Amino acid sequence: MLERIHNAQGLIDSACRKLGRQINIMEVCGTHTVAIFRNGIRSILPKTLKLLSGPGCPVCVTDQSYIDIVLQLADREDCLIATYGDMIRVPGEKGSLETRSAKANVKVVLSTEDALQLAKDNPGKTVVFVAVGFETTTPATAVVVKEAAEQAVENFYILAGHKLVVPAMCALVSEKNHNIDAFLCPGHVSAIIGYGAFAEVVDAFSRPCVVAGFEPVQIVEGLAEICRQLADGKAQLKSVYKAVVTETGNVSAQKAIAECFEPADGYWRGLGKIPKSTLRLKDKYSRFDAFKRFGLIETPSEDTTGCRCGEVLCGLIDPQQCGLFETKCTARTPIGPCMVSSEGACAAWYKYGRDKKT
Amino acid sequence: MTTTGTDRILLAHGGGGQLTEELLRDHILPRLNNDVLAELGDSANLTVGSKSLCFTTDSYVVKPLFFNGGDIGKLAVCGTVNDLAVAGAKPVALAMSMIIEEGFEFAQLEKILASIGEGARQNDVAIVTGDTKTVEAGSADKIFINTAGIGVRLGGVDLGFDKIAVGDKILINGTIGDHGMTIISQREDIKFQSQLSSDCAGLASLTCRLLQESGGIRFMRDPTRGGLAATLNEIAKATGLSIEIREADIPINPVVQAAADMLGFDVLNIANEGKFVAIVSSEAVDSCLEICRDHPLGKEANVIGQVTESTDTPSVELATKIGGRRIVQMPYGRELPRIC
Ligand code: SF4
Repeated sequence: MLERIHNAQGLIDSACRKLGRQINIMEVCGTHTVAIFRNGIRSILPKTLKLLSGPGCPVCVTDQSYIDIVLQLADREDCLIATYGDMIRVPGEKGSLETRSAKANVKVVLSTEDALQLAKDNPGKTVVFVAVGFETTTPATAVVVKEAAEQAVENFYILAGHKLVVPAMCALVSEKNHNIDAFLCPGHVSAIIGYGAFAEVVDAFSRPCVVAGFEPVQIVEGLAEICRQLADGKAQLKSVYKAVVTETGNVSAQKAIAECFEPADGYWRGLGKIPKSTLRLKDKYSRFDAFKRFGLIETPSEDTTGCRCGEVLCGLIDPQQCGLFETKCTARTPIGPCMVSSEGACAAWYKYGRDKKT
Repeated sequence: MTTTGTDRILLAHGGGGQLTEELLRDHILPRLNNDVLAELGDSANLTVGSKSLCFTTDSYVVKPLFFNGGDIGKLAVCGTVNDLAVAGAKPVALAMSMIIEEGFEFAQLEKILASIGEGARQNDVAIVTGDTKTVEAGSADKIFINTAGIGVRLGGVDLGFDKIAVGDKILINGTIGDHGMTIISQREDIKFQSQLSSDCAGLASLTCRLLQESGGIRFMRDPTRGGLAATLNEIAKATGLSIEIREADIPINPVVQAAADMLGFDVLNIANEGKFVAIVSSEAVDSCLEICRDHPLGKEANVIGQVTESTDTPSVELATKIGGRRIVQMPYGRELPRIC
C-alpha cells in the first residue's frame, strides 16, 4: 500500500510543480472529507494543492426550512418522527430534535424498514420518515414506499428531502466566483448512478471528474489522476474505483428510484434553488407525502445565526474562516449543520484538523 | 442552562466524552468534592490502618442485555474488577445491587446470575453483599446492575498521572473497539454482527502479574466509554504532556474496522471492556510486552506510541498508516451512525 501511496504522491508533486499555481480540488462527498482527515491525507499533499469540502453531506445541504418543518412536526402530539441519527442534533430556530422535551416522539432509525415497522407498531400515530440523503439512501426510501403501498400501511408518510449530486455540482461551477478546478467524485453515489453520470460536468464545464473509493490509497490515487489531467490541460471522466463503480451504475436501484420519485426544483443550504435537483414523490404515491398530508410548503428561510455553512459547502471558505468556528460553534455546541453532522466539513476540521497543517 | 445549551441531561452526558467531564466538573464535584474524589481515578485510594485499599463502583445499563462474548452480568463483574485492577489492586470482594423491572423473565435473570457467578469465580472475587429492588413496568429498562468493589493495593505499587514522563511508552493489551462495535452492530442489526464478539474480561490476573513481575509501570487505565481516544486525552490533559500514537501499531480486528467504517465511527472512540492502557518506562516496555503476550488476555498486546513534550496545548496525535498526521480529539460523548 505504501508504495502505491508514494507513487501517487510523486505524481501529485510533479504535476503541481508543473502547474506552478494553486489548484483547488473539491471532494464532493462527506465520507471522503472524513476519510481525508482521518487518514491525515492533507498533511502529505503539497501546499499548492488545496482540498475543498463540497456539498456531499446530506445533513449539511438540507435547507433550514426543511429542518424547521421537521421540528414543527415533532411538536405534534399525533406524530412520531423517524429519522437517521445524524439529523437529531441539527439546530432549528427553536432547539434541535435532541434537546426538545417532547423527544419521546422522535425515534432514531438506521433503516427505512425500521421506520415502516415503527408505523406498523404504532397504528394510532402518524409516522413521518425524515427522508434525506443522496442517491445512496434514496433507493431504500423508494423500496419502503412501495412496500407501504403494497401492505396498505395507512399511517406512514415520508418527508421527501432526497437530493441529486450532479445538479449541485453543475450549480457550483456555474457560479461566477467559484474556484473549483476539479472534482473528486463520491464512490457510494457513483455505485448507484454510474460514473457516466458525471459526463455532464466534464463536458459542459471542462472540469476533471474522478471517482474514488474511500480507502486512503484510492483517494490519493484519485487526486493523482486529477493532478495529471490538470497538468496536461485535460478534463476527463475517470474512475479509480473500478471494483465497485461501473459506467452505468446499479440499474435496478435507479429503476426503484424512478418508480417512486421524480426530479423537482429544490432548495439547498448555501446553493439556493437548483433546478431539478431534489426528488419528490410521483403522483401515484402522493398519499405517502407528508408535505401534502400536513399542507406544508418549503420556503427558503434566512439563517440568522451567522453560520457560514453555505459558503463552506460551496468551497468558498474554510471552516476556520467562519467567525463562530471553535469560539461559539464547537462539537458540543454546534450552531450549523456542518458542525452537527459527523460528515460535515466543520466537524471534520474541528475533530481532526485543528492546530495542524491542513 | 449549561454550556451545552440544554437544561436537561442528554444521553451524551453518559458517553464518557466531553459532556461527562462537564457533568462531573460543573455539577458533581462542586458539591461532593474531597481529597480522595478529586483524584478522579478509576478507584478511590484509601488507607485503613496499615492497609492500602482501592474502592470503586459502577452501574451497568446495556442494550442488548445479552451480546456476543458476554452479557450485563459478566460486564458488571468484569467492569468493576477492571477498575480495581488498573488502580494497581488485587480485587477482593464485590457488592451488587440490581434494579429489576416488573415483568422481567426469570429465565433471563437466571442466565445473568449464572454469568455473574462465573465471572466472580474466574476473577477470584466473591460477591459478599447485595440488594435487589423492583420497579413498576416502564420505570426501568429490564434490569440495571450496580456493583462496587474493594481491593488491596499491591505492595510497592505507586501509579498516577504524576509518574508519567516524556519518553514513556504506551502499551495496550490487545485489539480495540470490539465491545462497542459488537453492541452497536447487534443493536443496529448489522449483517456481520455474528463475527463480532465483545472483549469483556476481567484483567486483574494480567495486571497483577505485570505489576509484580515488572517495574517501570507509571499508570494504567481501562479505555471503556469514549475508547482509546478518551483515555489518551485524559492522560494528556492531566499530565500536560502530549501523546503520539501510530495507527499501524494499534491492534484492530478487521471486522471491527469494517463495521466501524460502515457506520462512520472512529474505532479510537469505541468502548472496550477487556483492555487496559499502560504507560510504561522505555526501559521496562519490552519485558512488559513479553509478560502481556504470554497471558491469554494479552496475546495481541502492542506498544502503540509514546509520551512526548507538548508544544502549546497538550494533545494526542496519530501518525496514520499512509504517513500523514492528525489530531485525536476527546470524543464528544455519543457517536451517531451516519446517513449513508
Ligand atoms: S463553524 Fe459552525 S457556524 Fe461556522 S460555518 Fe461551520 S457550522 Fe456554521
